[in-house]
Amino acid sequence: MSIPVAENLSTGRVVALIGSLALVVAPHAVRIPLWIALIATAVLILRAVLAWQGRGLPSPRLLVMLAIGSIVGIWLSFGMLFNRDAAVALLVLMLCLKMMELRSLRDAVVLILLGYFLVITNFLYSQTLPMALYLLGCVWLITACLVAFQYRSVAPDPRPMLRLSGLMLAQAIPLMLVFFLLFPRVQGPLWGLPQASASALSGLSDSMSPGSLSNLSLSDAVAFRVEFDSPPPKPNKLYWRGPVLWDFDGRTWRGGDAAPRVGRDIETAGTPIRYTITLEPHNMRWLFAIDLPAQRLEGALQTQDFQLLSIRPVRARQRYAMSSYLDYRYGANEPRRNLARALQLPEGFNPRARKLAADLYARSSTPDEVVQSVLALFRGQPFYYTLVPPELGRDNIDEFLFETRRGFCEHYAASFVFLMRAAGVPARIVTGYQGGVLNPIGNYLIVRQSEAHAWAEVWMGDEGWVRVDPTAAVSPMRIEAGIAGAVPAGDPLPLMVRTDSEWLKRLRFSWDAAANGWNQWVLGYTPERQMQMLQRAGFTRPNWQNLAVALMAVTSFVTAILCMLLLARLRRRVPDPVLSPWLVLQAKLTRIGLGPRPGEGPVHWSDRAATALPAEAADRLRTLADLYVRLRYGRDRVKGREVAELRRGVRALRV
Amino acid sequence: MPPSTSPVADWILPHQGTGHGPVVLTQRRVYILPTGLGLLFAVTIGLLLIGSINYNLSLGYVLTFLLAGLGVVAMLHTWRNLARLSLRPGRVSPVYAGEHAVFAITLENHAGFDRIAIGVSAEAATAAYTDVAAQAAASISIALPTARRGWLPLGRFRVFTTFPLGLFRAWSNVELDERCLVYPQPEPGEPPLPAATAIAGESGLHGRGAEDFAGLREYHPGDSPRHVAWKAYARGDQLLTKQFGGRASSEVWLDWALLPGHFGVEQRLARLTRWVLMAEADATAYGLKLPHREVPPGLGTTHRETCLQALALYDPKGGR
Repeated sequence: MSIPVAENLSTGRVVALIGSLALVVAPHAVRIPLWIALIATAVLILRAVLAWQGRGLPSPRLLVMLAIGSIVGIWLSFGMLFNRDAAVALLVLMLCLKMMELRSLRDAVVLILLGYFLVITNFLYSQTLPMALYLLGCVWLITACLVAFQYRSVAPDPRPMLRLSGLMLAQAIPLMLVFFLLFPRVQGPLWGLPQASASALSGLSDSMSPGSLSNLSLSDAVAFRVEFDSPPPKPNKLYWRGPVLWDFDGRTWRGGDAAPRVGRDIETAGTPIRYTITLEPHNMRWLFAIDLPAQRLEGALQTQDFQLLSIRPVRARQRYAMSSYLDYRYGANEPRRNLARALQLPEGFNPRARKLAADLYARSSTPDEVVQSVLALFRGQPFYYTLVPPELGRDNIDEFLFETRRGFCEHYAASFVFLMRAAGVPARIVTGYQGGVLNPIGNYLIVRQSEAHAWAEVWMGDEGWVRVDPTAAVSPMRIEAGIAGAVPAGDPLPLMVRTDSEWLKRLRFSWDAAANGWNQWVLGYTPERQMQMLQRAGFTRPNWQNLAVALMAVTSFVTAILCMLLLARLRRRVPDPVLSPWLVLQAKLTRIGLGPRPGEGPVHWSDRAATALPAEAADRLRTLADLYVRLRYGRDRVKGREVAELRRGVRALRV
Repeated sequence: MPPSTSPVADWILPHQGTGHGPVVLTQRRVYILPTGLGLLFAVTIGLLLIGSINYNLSLGYVLTFLLAGLGVVAMLHTWRNLARLSLRPGRVSPVYAGEHAVFAITLENHAGFDRIAIGVSAEAATAAYTDVAAQAAASISIALPTARRGWLPLGRFRVFTTFPLGLFRAWSNVELDERCLVYPQPEPGEPPLPAATAIAGESGLHGRGAEDFAGLREYHPGDSPRHVAWKAYARGDQLLTKQFGGRASSEVWLDWALLPGHFGVEQRLARLTRWVLMAEADATAYGLKLPHREVPPGLGTTHRETCLQALALYDPKGGR
């Protein structure tokens, strides 16, 4: 059974609508289950074919059954209906089924509104600049469809519709900007929607086992970007402190249960450097800062071991101002409990390393000597820095130190801390990032996941905790020139840190600068930023009432300007070059009582008027009337010369 | 023009010019309100806003506000689509009662943009749409059903548009000086024509032959070319039509008074109308006698229209 489609839904318009909506749905194709993507594609193609062939649509009963079937299917796939992914899948399926019901103008309009909805669901997954441009294009097409459905005449030419849609969107942009800047922002969420898992986000974690950091180093993803208030410090000073790891179980190092910092046992020298970090979401609580962070942050706590922990996991891009001291001494009065924790080692692992440590301990008199001899060991023996280290077994420290000798920063840091503890020197692992690439375009530092790093801190009595980076002993290049200079040629490296061609690098920097600006000014426009902007605009204590007033005022102003622009086109009379002299002629004769009567055409009128005129004027009038009729109603193209002749003739006619 | 009761009433329900010239939809005369779709669009924007807030979607805000701006822009465009449009009465042909009276209206667009999907509707008529190109005119018509004979004024009608997005409807109520002559509905069937009467004999033309020349009159469109005075035209004069009289043998009087007594007014008019049409079709010269009006015998489109008009406007109280 099939039901016919209303006449005003011409094939072209229906196919254009299907195509535009397919473009909106397309980015979802990889996010929804395959079976839904296949059904959606099949339905869209089928609908387009039905439109082409002018065939009727399936009966509503079949559609209801399909709808129920797909709801059950989604429930089975996701286990629920109202999480984000399931809701998007459901929306895609409903859109496709509604297509099968596209019979009237009303259905088309509902589909278009659904299309706008689907545009916004794409932003739940990606808010990048290219995605924004793509979806802006989609909005343009959908709006053109809405325009097309308002045409009452057969209008096969889509260009005026596309032009009008684009024009109207362009005219809407100033209003959009005003609203975007001034609409009072509320910090979401409004209700406790289950947040989608952020498992796909990469970043450091509170544990480190062999391979975890080297995996991270293969990622291009940006960890954070930094704007310095002053010239940035040298690369070898850029240790971005993250999770501090204390506990070792033979394979994995773990942090956790960090107590908030209470003491003030910190001595600093020099002025702190100030900078602002824009941290990408990583679903963990760490906020990164250069060693040693000098200030506390609102909404974050500082632990005893100088980690900055956000109250809630960082699930959205976050921007914070920070300052750090590069010269410092801290932890001289470290509690005994902590020192004992920094000496703990599991029994029964890595006997050879323990023996080596015992030898070193016997030969050294101070902790510093132990440190120096281990670093000398790393430097002296054939250790290699590589991103693809061999697999290690149960006694992984032993195997690394005495057999493979190939490793990544995590291997060096872990072995170093193990040896320190075995030799009786309190030590811990600090993970984070090291270095960063300065983007000359935009002048900020990019720190990528590939810059993930692990180093050690040893406790030296009165000196407190001292940073030792064993990787620097093996591969000074890693610290001075970044990871790309440190790994041997042939090792896999993420595309973004390669340094092959200069123009490619420039292109990448420009792109990152654009993405950064986008993040800062569009995606990062939060309620706080809105208030800051108001402050800068002169409001001393901005609140939402100020915003509402400003919004109204500026909106009215912009709308008034728009109105004037549109009205200007309304009033503009493009004078008809043929008609205007003729009107002058009519006015001339009306003055002497020979004006045209209602309904009198040019020929009759000029004939009648000519009879009342002296012979010469009558001749001229007839000539002018002939010329006018030929120019205005004739088939030939209007020639400028003849128009000029008409104008001259009218001017010359004396009555 | 009906007198306005108060300035407020004038403002709310403006009576608009019924002059002979064009009526221009000045800005003050164009009203605008959201359509059902416009309200749905607003609800959609509201939902998008809630979603953007809940998920802290910056681009969600961008889209929401872009669509809100689009709504405002659409309102201005819809309003402009109608503003300063000028309307002029067009041609109206007489119809028989029961048929639709088609009132042509000329829409003139003096603006520099095309006006798309301009609709006109009256209370009793379905809407009609047309596009008016920039600097051009277009014709549109309203078809009103007719029930009674006589003059049917177009009355107040509505010009409206929802273009370009259908979110808003702009409209203006207009009255043009335009009316349609509605002839009586002819009686169904073919009632036999009255017999030729002897009245022709009294005119003294009897015996001069059926096709005797009676004189010349100005040419009217619809006159048979056979009756055009071509020789006179060749002498350089205007077109004239030869008139013939005395076709006594086929002349018939359609007389109100001779109809059966039990016939009501409208029944008589229906019968006479049918007869006029039949006589015209038979090319039988016919005259019409009404209580206060008499149309001398004749033939041709003009004559037929004269008769039908007399029938349409017949006033039992004796107006004319």
